[in-house]
Amino acid sequence: MRSILPVLTVVAFVLLIWCLAVIPMNMHLTADQAQRDGISVQPETPIARQALSGTGLAWENPHLIPLTFTHKRPNLPSPHQITAEMYNTVFAVKLTSKRSLVFHGWVTLAPTLLGFAIGTLLGILLAVGIVFSRVMDKSVMPWAIVSQTIPILALAPMIIVVLGAVGIHGVLPKSIIAAYLSFFPVVVGMVKGLRSPDAMQLDLLQTYHANNTQGFWKLRLPSSAPYLFASLKIGISASLIGTIVAELPTGAKAGFGARMLVGDQYGQPILSWAALFGAAFTAAALVGIIALIERGTLRKMGVKLA
Amino acid sequence: MIYVFLGFIIWGAGWLLNIYFANSKHSDHWAMQVIIPLIFGLTLLLVWQFFVIGFQVNPVFLPRPTDILARIASEIPRLWADFFQTIIKGAMTGYIIGAVSAFAIAILADRSDFLTRGVLPIGSFMAALPIVGIAPIFVKWFGSNWESKAAVVAVMVFFPILVNTVSGLRDTTAMQRDLMRTYGASYWPTMIKLRIPAAMPFIFNGLKIATTLALIGAIVAEFFGSPTVGMGFRISTSFGQLALDMVWAEIVIAAIAGSVFCGIVALIECWVTFWHPSQRL
Repeated sequence: MRSILPVLTVVAFVLLIWCLAVIPMNMHLTADQAQRDGISVQPETPIARQALSGTGLAWENPHLIPLTFTHKRPNLPSPHQITAEMYNTVFAVKLTSKRSLVFHGWVTLAPTLLGFAIGTLLGILLAVGIVFSRVMDKSVMPWAIVSQTIPILALAPMIIVVLGAVGIHGVLPKSIIAAYLSFFPVVVGMVKGLRSPDAMQLDLLQTYHANNTQGFWKLRLPSSAPYLFASLKIGISASLIGTIVAELPTGAKAGFGARMLVGDQYGQPILSWAALFGAAFTAAALVGIIALIERGTLRKMGVKLA
Repeated sequence: MIYVFLGFIIWGAGWLLNIYFANSKHSDHWAMQVIIPLIFGLTLLLVWQFFVIGFQVNPVFLPRPTDILARIASEIPRLWADFFQTIIKGAMTGYIIGAVSAFAIAILADRSDFLTRGVLPIGSFMAALPIVGIAPIFVKWFGSNWESKAAVVAVMVFFPILVNTVSGLRDTTAMQRDLMRTYGASYWPTMIKLRIPAAMPFIFNGLKIATTLALIGAIVAEFFGSPTVGMGFRISTSFGQLALDMVWAEIVIAAIAGSVFCGIVALIECWVTFWHPSQRL
């Protein structure tokens, strides 16, 4: 709780920098627009203006500075424009409308959640296999670690198109990418977690004459919980990123990724920025929900939280 | 059909071989640690090869590993040009810019406890966000050459490195800092001799996470506009020409580049943080 004030300060500072950056970033566009609207602009030809930097142009034409914040197609939209756009597309339109950001969010969220569930489940199963089978440990584990250094995300759009060509459409192709991306963090974290009980605890179970299955349910699985949640948080944001990247250059018609690209191609940058922030808030909400579940579960299990 | 059968036999043989090796008494020897995963990988490749032949899979969907290898061998100059454009110019430049500015901000923020408490949560929040979505915007701002890719990469790697550096700089005990004070060390000597070395394991953790991000950023950003060279460009155009073996060739190069990049950072880590318990064998 005591970090609220510092966080707010840093956020305010970033917003201030952003607002200052809006002026030079949009100055040339604003000057061109102002001239067309009949307002006097200092260097009169666009070519002469190109020779000046954004800041220099603002210095010559201080009366245009307010206009940079309200330009319709800015290079860098001002924060209030994005807020307004988000309000309009989230609250002011019907949820089923194609203009609603909530609609697009759900198109992205559904495959993310499905893929995350599949990836987590498979990841936990593989981790159990690795912990109990020496062969799997020796042969699969190195690849699981190496695979994290491979930029597989760059392939997401291609995977979508290949699966589309085979005849798999809809939620599934995106979920496969989301599942793949959440799979390896879960495997690696879960293996670490299932191995976290120390020799003393394992010996204690042996003196109780517990067999492997009991040892798994009563000791290994519970002690892996903190590790599992840490990897779930990485996994869910990786899944969301995967789904969005999968939507970006594949001609998807709906979803955050499609929204970002449409705004970019049709010269409506405010739209892309709103989608970008929508995606950011979704990611934050997902990680936050997992953190809440983590807190509740660990508290129930009797872990003392710092 | 004979090839499918052969595929199953190889599968079984590889598996049995690995069971034998893993349960043999030398299985903890370092050579075994390399051989067993290699056999696993090789088995997968062979099974892939034979299944693709046996089931007569259209090479447009899934090329054979041998086709991919042949493609790599015959296209080395072009693959090298793509590698240079994307990895060296785009990813490396961005990685260095991002890392250096993350250090600078971390050391600045570290001067005040107030700022540290503000930067840490925001940094870890930002690190979880889909930052790669800024790629289309940056391509528009910085043009389609490597500068825009470097910018995307710099922003993507910035936050993980920032968070790790800031939390690393806090990782000294009061006892250690007091000792420095009894030596009469002021801020900068304490920083250089105690706190930055103590932060190194954290910093390298961030640097290693950032290697993959850098490659992803550089390749994905090329999907939104690039000169007619670069790995992302080649992946998307080869895909349009249904030359899937070329796509896979680029993937293999990207995978090798990613592992080598991460490996180099890990080697430097070994060399810098030799004192850390995790590095002692």
